[in-house]
Amino acid sequence: MPGKLKVRIVAGRHLPVMDRASDLTDAFVEVKFGNTTFKTDVFPKSLNPQWNSEWFKFEVDDEDLQDEPLQITVLDHDTYSANDAIGKVYIDIDPLLSSEAATVISGWFPIYDTIHGIRGEINVVVKVDLFNDLNRFRQSSCGVKFFCTTSIPKCYKVVTVHGFVEELVVNEDPEYQWIDRIRTPRASNEARQRLISLMSGELQRKIGLKVLEMGGNAVVGYLQCFDLEGESGLVVRAIGTACTLDKLSNPSAALLPACNSPSKEIKESPLVHPPSHGCRSTHNSPIHTASGSRLTQNFSVSVPTLIYTGMRLHRLRSWGETGHEHRGQNLKPGRQCRTPFSEDPNPNTHSSGPSTPLKNQTYSFSPSKSYSRQSSSSDTDLSLTPKTATSPKGPRICLSPSSPTLSSDFLTLTNTFQLPMGSGTSLTPHSGHANPVGLRKTVSFSEDLLLAASGMGSGGSAGKEGGPPKTLLRQQTQTALEQREFPFFTLTCFPPGFLVHVGGVVSARSVKLLDRIHNPAFVGIMGNTRSYKLLDWNSFSADEPETRDAWWEEIRQEIKSHAKALGCHAVIGYSESTSICEEVCILSASGTAAVLNPKFLQDGSLDNYSEHRLSRQPTYFSTGSEKGEFDFFPLSKDSSSVLGLEEPSPPSCGFCHIPYDELNMPFPAHLTYCYNCRKQKVPDVLFTTIDLPVEAAVTGKGCLIQARLCRLKKKAQGEANATAISNLLPFMEYELHTQLMNKLKLRGMNALFGLRIQISVGENMLVGLASATGVYLTALPTPGGIQIAGKTPSDMTYEQHISNMQKKINDTIAKNKELYEITPPKLFTLDPEVSTFKGQNTEISEEVIGSPIPEPRQRSRIFRSHSESSDEISELDLSHGKKDAFVLEIDDADAVEDIHSLLIDAPLPAGFYSCNTEIMPGIYNWTTGLQMFTSVRVFRLNNVNLTNQGLNKIFNDLCENLLKSLYFKLRSMIPCCLCHVNFTVAVPEDELIQVAVTAVAMTFDKDQAQESWKASVDKALMKVIAENEEQLQFPLELCSDSPGAQLFSPRKGLLESASAQAIPGAQRATSVEYSSFANRCNSWIELVKVKALTIRRGSIKTTSSLEKASPQAEGHARVRSTTAYTGSTITVVKMTPLSFIPGAKIIKYVGIINMFFIRETTSLREEGGVSGFLHAFIAEVFAMVRAHVAALGGNAVVSYIMKECVFMENPNKNQAQCLINVSGDAVIFVRESELEAIPVQPQTTSSQASNSGADVTT
Amino acid sequence: MAMELDVFVGNTTIMDEDVYLLWLDGYTVSDAVSMRMKSGILEQCGASQDVLESDTMDHYRTFQMTERLLHNPSKLVNQLLFQIPPHRQNMLIERWGGGAAIVKITVQKCYKILNPFSPSLAPSLPPSLALTGRYYAFDEAFVREVLGKKLSKGTKKDLDDVSAKTGITLKSCRRQFDNFKRVFKVVEEMKGPLVENIHQNFLLSDRLARDYAAIVFFANSRFETGKKKLQYLTFEDFAFCAEQLIQNWTLGAVDSMVEDMDVDLDKEFLQDLKDLKVLITDKDMMDQHKSLVCTALRGKLQVFSEMEGSFKNLSRGLVNIAGKLMNNKDVRDLFIDLVEKFIEPCKSDKWSLNDVRLFLTQHTNSVRALDAFKHQAVWERYMRVIQSCILKMYHD
Repeated sequence: MPGKLKVRIVAGRHLPVMDRASDLTDAFVEVKFGNTTFKTDVFPKSLNPQWNSEWFKFEVDDEDLQDEPLQITVLDHDTYSANDAIGKVYIDIDPLLSSEAATVISGWFPIYDTIHGIRGEINVVVKVDLFNDLNRFRQSSCGVKFFCTTSIPKCYKVVTVHGFVEELVVNEDPEYQWIDRIRTPRASNEARQRLISLMSGELQRKIGLKVLEMGGNAVVGYLQCFDLEGESGLVVRAIGTACTLDKLSNPSAALLPACNSPSKEIKESPLVHPPSHGCRSTHNSPIHTASGSRLTQNFSVSVPTLIYTGMRLHRLRSWGETGHEHRGQNLKPGRQCRTPFSEDPNPNTHSSGPSTPLKNQTYSFSPSKSYSRQSSSSDTDLSLTPKTATSPKGPRICLSPSSPTLSSDFLTLTNTFQLPMGSGTSLTPHSGHANPVGLRKTVSFSEDLLLAASGMGSGGSAGKEGGPPKTLLRQQTQTALEQREFPFFTLTCFPPGFLVHVGGVVSARSVKLLDRIHNPAFVGIMGNTRSYKLLDWNSFSADEPETRDAWWEEIRQEIKSHAKALGCHAVIGYSESTSICEEVCILSASGTAAVLNPKFLQDGSLDNYSEHRLSRQPTYFSTGSEKGEFDFFPLSKDSSSVLGLEEPSPPSCGFCHIPYDELNMPFPAHLTYCYNCRKQKVPDVLFTTIDLPVEAAVTGKGCLIQARLCRLKKKAQGEANATAISNLLPFMEYELHTQLMNKLKLRGMNALFGLRIQISVGENMLVGLASATGVYLTALPTPGGIQIAGKTPSDMTYEQHISNMQKKINDTIAKNKELYEITPPKLFTLDPEVSTFKGQNTEISEEVIGSPIPEPRQRSRIFRSHSESSDEISELDLSHGKKDAFVLEIDDADAVEDIHSLLIDAPLPAGFYSCNTEIMPGIYNWTTGLQMFTSVRVFRLNNVNLTNQGLNKIFNDLCENLLKSLYFKLRSMIPCCLCHVNFTVAVPEDELIQVAVTAVAMTFDKDQAQESWKASVDKALMKVIAENEEQLQFPLELCSDSPGAQLFSPRKGLLESASAQAIPGAQRATSVEYSSFANRCNSWIELVKVKALTIRRGSIKTTSSLEKASPQAEGHARVRSTTAYTGSTITVVKMTPLSFIPGAKIIKYVGIINMFFIRETTSLREEGGVSGFLHAFIAEVFAMVRAHVAALGGNAVVSYIMKECVFMENPNKNQAQCLINVSGDAVIFVRESELEAIPVQPQTTSSQASNSGADVTT
Repeated sequence: MAMELDVFVGNTTIMDEDVYLLWLDGYTVSDAVSMRMKSGILEQCGASQDVLESDTMDHYRTFQMTERLLHNPSKLVNQLLFQIPPHRQNMLIERWGGGAAIVKITVQKCYKILNPFSPSLAPSLPPSLALTGRYYAFDEAFVREVLGKKLSKGTKKDLDDVSAKTGITLKSCRRQFDNFKRVFKVVEEMKGPLVENIHQNFLLSDRLARDYAAIVFFANSRFETGKKKLQYLTFEDFAFCAEQLIQNWTLGAVDSMVEDMDVDLDKEFLQDLKDLKVLITDKDMMDQHKSLVCTALRGKLQVFSEMEGSFKNLSRGLVNIAGKLMNNKDVRDLFIDLVEKFIEPCKSDKWSLNDVRLFLTQHTNSVRALDAFKHQAVWERYMRVIQSCILKMYHD
């Protein structure tokens, strides 16, 4: 299906001087799309050229429209030598392809050069005429909307959540092509930028196709990442959640209580008249798509890959499965099995245990098959294979929620790792090497550790029957989800009622070697892996994605099974990441196991969706800003009653209730009755990767909790390196978890949200950083304190030291409780059952040594944060001391300091809060102050002989100092909260640690902040209701027309006439009007320039030449000031990593922003060193993002994220290079205060317009 | 072990005004850090020194990046690199002048309502104006050293002496000098009123634009201001005189649309000034003039007898100055001549300012009664300026 792309080049300004002789530039523009290029005329001798070109028209396929970026190159014409490039602008025209996003792209774009940075600006107008697509077999997916936002976008309501979509494309990295040796750095950078732009376009298109096949019209929580694998290529991959969204254009209908059966309407809407893709409705039926449309792709499916089945990755983690099986049978054997694991430092006896799981690995699918494709179509049988294989066996993973379990698990893990090494027998890890194909050494293990809190193990999910209600629920939801290969959701925030229960964090990591080409065909042809570069990459690229696909496939399968083990059928808040160093790559995925309300997953099941629920459902969000932009969904009460649950859970605590069956818990966790409803069981600690559900009851405020860790690693190559890394990983995971847990306790909190663990690999070290927002969930039990125990209680001073420290810790906890306003509700008398539980515990603790899963014992022990010390665990007498207190064991002086420094983070300055979730739990009254920022630090370790401990301290200080700096910088915003604090660590070189932070500081009203939670909730509730009423009319007048168009065309017209007339008057105006400065200035500048020009030509000061010059100058001035003036009304563009803007209403999403930039310099010192270089580059990236958003008609970017910031330097050569990848959603927002006024245009625009109007009258 | 790289970039550019001033004053980062530490900011915020260092470095980098734009402030208005949003604008406006509180409250509304030409229309000030203003602000002590000097490389080389003499850092001196030079270059050849041109090209406040106009004017005509006898005069005195000269003696005062209208003096007029000599060469005319003045001032002047005695000298002085003005060199000495030929004699006779005013007014006006004198217009154009300049300069 063809479309017509139209481009007009209007003008340029602030161009650099390209001709030293004249101090001017003869600029012209090349407009390129696909293989077609147009050129404008040369506009001679001006730094502010006016091309006013005709419309350049490109007639192209819509596939190309999606893939290709529009490429605009500004050049300086040179008669005698080659034309010099000034810079380029890449414009992603995707937003124009959706009828609901922008209709025109028009505005000033910074002209960017990878060597010189921004060099002036160019004014461009882009439009697309898209013809209707009636072809069912098309390859394009125009019209599918993409959102980075990980919640339902604000002015939409969700009709159906279809589920997980993923795709990846691979290409050779231009930087590593042979041609790179002979081309300039600029050419190489541009090739790379263009390629990535192309690849992300292709990726989006492919994902869009999948979404259409699923019957959806949008992707929410779209996360696209680049893996710069170096010599082995460049991978662009993306995941997201396919949804059918409906515009809230007619909210009255949706909200009317009288609307009895909205389901029908809604059900039909995506299929019969999908609002987003116009007439392309024929494609929504999945039937065609399954076969015909993917003809071209089918070839890749047929690649024989059975060889892989045998050599599939070796799950070192598989020991867990064994444990599970045992425990699954009954509790007793489970314990026996565990006992030695936890007690015995020498696990050899259990070697058989770990090895067995290999046999259990009945993965019958062939990884090379394109699962993603399969899954997106209707034939899911293939992809189901692994499920059927695994599920009857019961979950293979053991998830141990509470810390004690962790420790024992951990030991086991360690043992498994050591076994092969020690004994030399071919156990799990070895068989990997011994594998006939032997090409991949892959190691992955679960982060059972993280399942922490909640997690119970797996035991009973599939095989065992829990209580009837739960089974029922499970069955229902399973039917909904079982059809999906991956019941994953990248969303972190859900409509109320969607989330039924949360299990805990599930994650998986896998270490891969990149330098092996895993495709046998590939290797066969090449022989030498290095030589392939000389050949045409494309002939192989078709096969390549299969490998990467398969890797991720494995990880996802693992995640899925982990979730199952937790009794959950879905994973929410799901994300994937990689860390690459040389040829080793760590693939990581994590999410939160959850039970979802199936009603939202099935098409058109929203019949009991009615208005009264809305009013009953308070949302915190709505307090400040978001008032019901999405429709509220049935409360869990409704859903659960529909599901036949006897006991509906109140929304404020329902999600905390354990999804697994407590009677068949193979894993111990400390369960109590919910402190909120007292009806259901809850774990003592809950870890999740999602945002705090809006309906959750929270006591006090939350805070950012970080665990930081560095581990030295020997330099190694290839497989040895991969092995070393995979051996280190579990220790790191464990210690990070321990730190998190300790810090959580120290703050008197009991739950973590938004948990994100990043482990980065460098040549000689691994860096781990876990960030989360701690909160006190009212429904969960009060966390106990932390107790310190000395290992050698002989010395008196030592004893005293310990008691001092204990006191300090207790003080800190008390202080923290005060700081975060944690005043837990009074403990009600324990239910009998709980007491029984307790009794049971005491019993167990009596047989301390022997008990395999003794709850109190496990809970009470935390190891020193050094993995080396983990084998020194001594037993503690648990009958003393508080039952639920953590005990920190201290065995040497170093450890004292260590623990001390680790635990006691620098306190937050007064007036500051921080969190890494969208909003701070406990703060509801945001004001409009907003400051998004990025801060990057690189630390050089000069000391070669660093210990782990020293390294830890450095890293810890680095992060702490960075936070301190942020607080200082933003002190003028107090009281404020740093939200969505997103840390990224990297080890770019041997001795460098790089930390990058992106976050937003938001101000809030302090007085109200101190109101009790309940009051704010009530208020919020009232506001919601009020806002919803207001909303009845609002979208009718606003959303229905297109503000984007108004933003540009009429204003421009007005301004043109206005400023043109204003000039003569303005010149003589004696009283100066500041607002018209901009335009007059420009005109005057032009006068000066023209004059300067005449002077240089030699006609100085003669009256005649003056007269000649004059009218021309006037003319120029007039024309120029018009455009310059339009440009000078620069729209203020807000940027935020959050999905909303406080105090404002998002009225339209104008398109996704996904940009990739490279900047390089060969004059590092001259640009102010590395700091100056990066500072300028980040500022430029911000500027380019803002310019693109403004050109789309937007005035803000929400869900902004800097996904990649790769910085490399070579100070000796005076060179540096940096790659940055950012994304977000461009939106139009309106301040709530301006809602009554004409809210379509941003404030500045309207003011400028009125001013220029006044000019005319002069 | 060292921090290799440390940057902070906000979507909204954060500019700390205190640091900005330190930067403008040419302090190094470490000096600025120690000065900030003395200000007690650390105690207020509970930060440590390295935090302050990092913050100061960041600000300095930001300022260095904006400096390029500040050199061409009109670029700053529509540049895309730094975002300074409206809410910050308020703060900047507030610092800008009186009535800020009111302005601040009504900012949102007055956009549409206020007459855009009302000078108090602060809300529509580009946000960067305050920034520019600060950048283009100069030190009184510095400008007195440079005023009237050629803005050339030679002068720039001597700035270290100026720096040593005034105690202003060399860096700051250079910035101020470069600002003078930049403004000079841009407006030198421009048509239209000088102040207006500066105003629009550099987005300076009215006051600052006037000062720059004076600097440009003085630099162009190279008026001597550095002689010992002129040391008692302030920059403000000269700025006032410059304004008088610009408004009355330049080409622009006659024809508003010529090149260099405000920068160069009207040559024809200077030529015509020679004709005034008749006032002192024609003895009859001079006597008649004296008697007219004396009659009018009798009893009104406290120093009447002194005036009577020195009338011829003073009158000769004033007319001689006029007669020489067609030579560039004598134009440069205008202020010295005024001091030597008129102000000093009056001062030695203890004339009061009022005496001077009465005398000059009468001296000017009496010429009208001289029927034989044909150059009334030139005379008045000349004396208007001379009179106000002398009055301005007549102080200790």
